[in-house]
Amino acid sequence: MEALFESGTGLALLGAAFASLFAGCGSAIGCGIAGQAAAGVVTEDPSKFAKVLILELLPGTQGIYGLIIAFVTLAGIGILGGDAPTVAEGWYYFFGCLPIGFVGLISGMHQGKTAAASIGVVAKQPEQFGKSLIFPAMVETYAILALLVSILVVVSI
Amino acid sequence: MGELYAYAVARIRSKELGLLNKQALDQLLSSKTYEDCLRFLSEKGWGDSENATAEEMLAGERDKTWEIVNELVKDQKDKETFNVFLYANDFHNLKAAIKEAYTGKQVPNIFIETGTTVGVDVIKECVKNNDFLALPDYMRKCAEEAYEVQFQTGDSQLCDIIIDKATLEAIYQKGKESKNDLISGYAELKCAAANINIAIRSCKTKKGKEFLERAFAKIDTLNVDRLVESALNSEDAIYDYLETTTYADAIDAIKESSSAFEKWCDDKIMNYIKPQKYKAFSYSPIAAYVLAKENEIKSVRIILSGKLNDLPEEEVKERLREMYV
Repeated sequence: MEALFESGTGLALLGAAFASLFAGCGSAIGCGIAGQAAAGVVTEDPSKFAKVLILELLPGTQGIYGLIIAFVTLAGIGILGGDAPTVAEGWYYFFGCLPIGFVGLISGMHQGKTAAASIGVVAKQPEQFGKSLIFPAMVETYAILALLVSILVVVSI
Repeated sequence: MGELYAYAVARIRSKELGLLNKQALDQLLSSKTYEDCLRFLSEKGWGDSENATAEEMLAGERDKTWEIVNELVKDQKDKETFNVFLYANDFHNLKAAIKEAYTGKQVPNIFIETGTTVGVDVIKECVKNNDFLALPDYMRKCAEEAYEVQFQTGDSQLCDIIIDKATLEAIYQKGKESKNDLISGYAELKCAAANINIAIRSCKTKKGKEFLERAFAKIDTLNVDRLVESALNSEDAIYDYLETTTYADAIDAIKESSSAFEKWCDDKIMNYIKPQKYKAFSYSPIAAYVLAKENEIKSVRIILSGKLNDLPEEEVKERLREMYV
């Protein structure tokens, strides 16, 4: 374990794992919740499939953001390219990966709940689809901000 | 993380589109004949066939509602919470079974066969053998007491009072146990309405203190001692007491007529459950749908009996309940 914290590559890998793991979990939970609601609507009215599918997909983006950060990290630390980082650089990578990891997890879960609520709007008033899309999209803002911070850190090392 | 009911609530939202709103009820009311009303309901998906009778349609709608509840609520504890809406049917069957055993006459269609938590046969068997062990806890004691009173004194009214009070207590207890705002609020309103009703009727028929104390169910929003005291005094004393409670707005309806008060009770419950239309999770929207459907069935029944008895449209309209959607 000690060796991990004394190795730049180990620290960077830990960060990449956090980014993809937590953000991926957030998306999985969020899509799961929204997917249940979407299935409920489609059971009663299959014609609303396309609209509820778009809402269900919204919480899926956090996982992609986590993957991007993990990929950029791997590309810079000698695994998919670049050179092995020093211990200090390893810590930079590690902390750079944390924002999208944690914000991805929390925002994915909440975006899933908001998307499920919006699916309820579509179930009753399909013509309000545009407005209902805005609510879960607002949660996305914070995942994007976290992605931005993570990107700025990992590409500047 | 508890059960979110995301799938169930989304399905209920879609189902709510099929509920009759005020415009649909007005349309039904303006139908020329009773048969036109049935045709209108059939077009809305009520009844299994075009030739279904009104009773078949209403019973069919109730069955469909409970089918969807049983399908959507899988958690056993949550499922039991929905029994709060069925207890009244169980206790009605108990009352009917005791009366049937006492008179020795079999009256057709007095038992409610569907929408119960205890089978009619179980209740009949218990009453027949004067052994109530097979009944659930909340029914057993009152069944024994009501049976004894009916068979030893022949006092049917006292027997009814014992069972009615036990019904309210069971509903109230279930409401409290549910730890769900909608269910506990519903139980509170239901029991409060029954207590107020008993107070008014007892006052009019000059019932004594012992009867009143036996009839009222203890609840949070009404003080039973104050209610007994005012029911023994006069109707005005009841109004004066109600003025100090959260049920002050019921006074005008009570003064108007008993059917106006019934409407007030149903509207109060409808207004109480309306916020559930905006909830995305929990089983509360499903419970609200059950109540909305019951309310809808009640309103349709009022219109149909109005048409059948050639009542003026305005008179029927006054009795129509506020709708959920």
